Amino acid sequence: MGGGGMPATMPTVALLGAGATFPAPLIQTWTVQFNQMYSGVTISYNPIGSGGGIQQISRKTVDFGASDAPLSNAQLAAAPGLTLFPETLGGVAITYNLVPFGLANGTVLNFTPNVIVGIYYGTITHWNDPAIAAINPGVTLPINLITAVHRSDGSGTTYAFTNFLSDVNINWATEVGYATSVKWPVDTAMNANGVGAKGNAGVAGTVAQTPGAIGYVDLIYAVQNHLGVGAVMNAAGNYVSPSLQTILWAAQNATGTPNPADLRLHIVNAQGAQSYPIATYTYMLTYRDMSLNPDLTQQKATVLAYFFWWEVHGGQQYSSGLDYVSLPANVVAADEQFLLTLNYQGTQLLPSSLMPG
Amino acid sequence: MQTQQARRSAQKQGAPRSSLLHIMLGIAAVAIPVITVLLIYEIGNGSIPSIQAYGLNFLFTSDWNPFPANGGPPILGALPSMYGSVVTTVLSLIFAVPISLGVALFQAELAPRKVRAPSLFLVEMLAAVPSVVYGLWGLFALVPFMRVYVDAQLGSKLGFLPFFTGQTDGIGMLTAGIILAIMIIPYASSVMREVISAVPTSQREACIALGATKWETIKTAVLPFARTGLIAGVVLAMGRAIGETMAVTMVIGNVARISPSLFLPAETIPSVIANEFTEVAGNGVYLSALFELGLILFGMSFLMNLAGRVIINRLGFKAKQ
Repeated sequence: MGGGGMPATMPTVALLGAGATFPAPLIQTWTVQFNQMYSGVTISYNPIGSGGGIQQISRKTVDFGASDAPLSNAQLAAAPGLTLFPETLGGVAITYNLVPFGLANGTVLNFTPNVIVGIYYGTITHWNDPAIAAINPGVTLPINLITAVHRSDGSGTTYAFTNFLSDVNINWATEVGYATSVKWPVDTAMNANGVGAKGNAGVAGTVAQTPGAIGYVDLIYAVQNHLGVGAVMNAAGNYVSPSLQTILWAAQNATGTPNPADLRLHIVNAQGAQSYPIATYTYMLTYRDMSLNPDLTQQKATVLAYFFWWEVHGGQQYSSGLDYVSLPANVVAADEQFLLTLNYQGTQLLPSSLMPG
Repeated sequence: MQTQQARRSAQKQGAPRSSLLHIMLGIAAVAIPVITVLLIYEIGNGSIPSIQAYGLNFLFTSDWNPFPANGGPPILGALPSMYGSVVTTVLSLIFAVPISLGVALFQAELAPRKVRAPSLFLVEMLAAVPSVVYGLWGLFALVPFMRVYVDAQLGSKLGFLPFFTGQTDGIGMLTAGIILAIMIIPYASSVMREVISAVPTSQREACIALGATKWETIKTAVLPFARTGLIAGVVLAMGRAIGETMAVTMVIGNVARISPSLFLPAETIPSVIANEFTEVAGNGVYLSALFELGLILFGMSFLMNLAGRVIINRLGFKAKQ
């Protein structure tokens, strides 16, 4: 039933995880499906935010964590033995509300990286700015002011978005940088208007409520709110709209083979003609030697390791239905190698025979 | 005899029960101060790294950058959120106090019996609405209303004043102040109503006997008599306003900016804590700075309460004279 070498039955255990909100719907679907396969296994996941997830797994108060932003070296050093692997990925959409100004819903505006930087720097303050007009021939842009909406809470979405802006613009990289929350220049720029909103839903709601607003949200929120979604110029110089397919292309074209020893992956501004440039992996956090986590017995650790294995295999089929992108094959292969290193006081938790081929 | 026996046995049974009651009441009475002291201790303890890192500068820095681009330590200051908290609280009092007083006077003095009960019920309903519902209503109903009918009008008519400049999105301190006002009206008005009702009838009768109209009675007999209680109502409302989190977070725009314009986004201490608490990780000073914000909020509410007490004591003294 579990397929691919999964055990037929599992002992009765309860596992607890906490962390990122972005992958929460997918993780919660996984926990339900896993419970249907193995009725004794109850896994709860609390979407308290990436930072909370990192903190709780570092303090060993949960069995696993989840984070949208890869952990920094300092964060890894603060919790010896903590490791991570990507379990799904998603894209960040540029979304805007110009319908009240006569721009038909569904009009796709083009954005270059520098235009997005300009808007969030507060140097591009009006929709009919020549920089926007030049890349949107044939579109009558309103004269109105731009309201640049960003996240007010720390988030992996902000991490991915600012990671992209830092990648494409040296001024942004040196003056603002990238993190789960940054000091937005547009907030304090003269004659510009920045607004912070809490959560993806908050940003989408604020954009929907504010004529002339622009914001960045996880793709699903732009789709669900029927907002305008922009096409962004990628590394190859093409304007690409976000979709599960273009984000997957970005993941497939991202540099090199993932290294199982360090699965922190960088996929913003990926190569490839049709790769969408603003995308990010989201990660599961666990101790490689699970006995470091006092709550985990070897039995519980084994179940957790199988759950991880199932996530990157059987679990991926639930991705697209929830607007997540399935992991590309090279990342699955790297995850497999990583998961086989999970152990309990040196005893490997998963049999090497799970490995296909 | 029977009744005496019954009384005696009741006393016998009653004696241990009353000491049990004493213990339970004692625990309840001690619990509150203990919880308060522990709370202050925990928040204070959590603030120590931030106090050591920033000292008094924390109160005067207007930057809020937990992750500077150069990878250096966080640059954090409480000034913008303190400013936002004070401005939104003052705004909410400006709107809420006259309305609450009006509501209280109406309910206590003027309303016919048939209107009084429904009006009490409706105002108390306001207090029962959860904060996040106010926030949703604020974002989806009040913000567009403010943008179209209030901000734009104020901006075009009074735009020469620094309070009414800048972009009129409807998201900002003015909208936050109005939401807060609606939220605190039931608290302020119910306290005010009680103290107005407590004014002895003899006071009113004396006034009416001298030929005073209803309004003159209220002005000369009721309000002066009730003023300490009225101020207590304002203080209670103020404490509620300064600590309100969810609804404010949803409409204020959450931007660390100090601007005189009431149209522009800002942030308050509770909104910063609510926004950033979940994502703080592995960063001692950042987390500690949020604790210190909590401590500052605690201090601000304490000072406001103290100021209220001082005013009440002064007025009480004058009234006695």
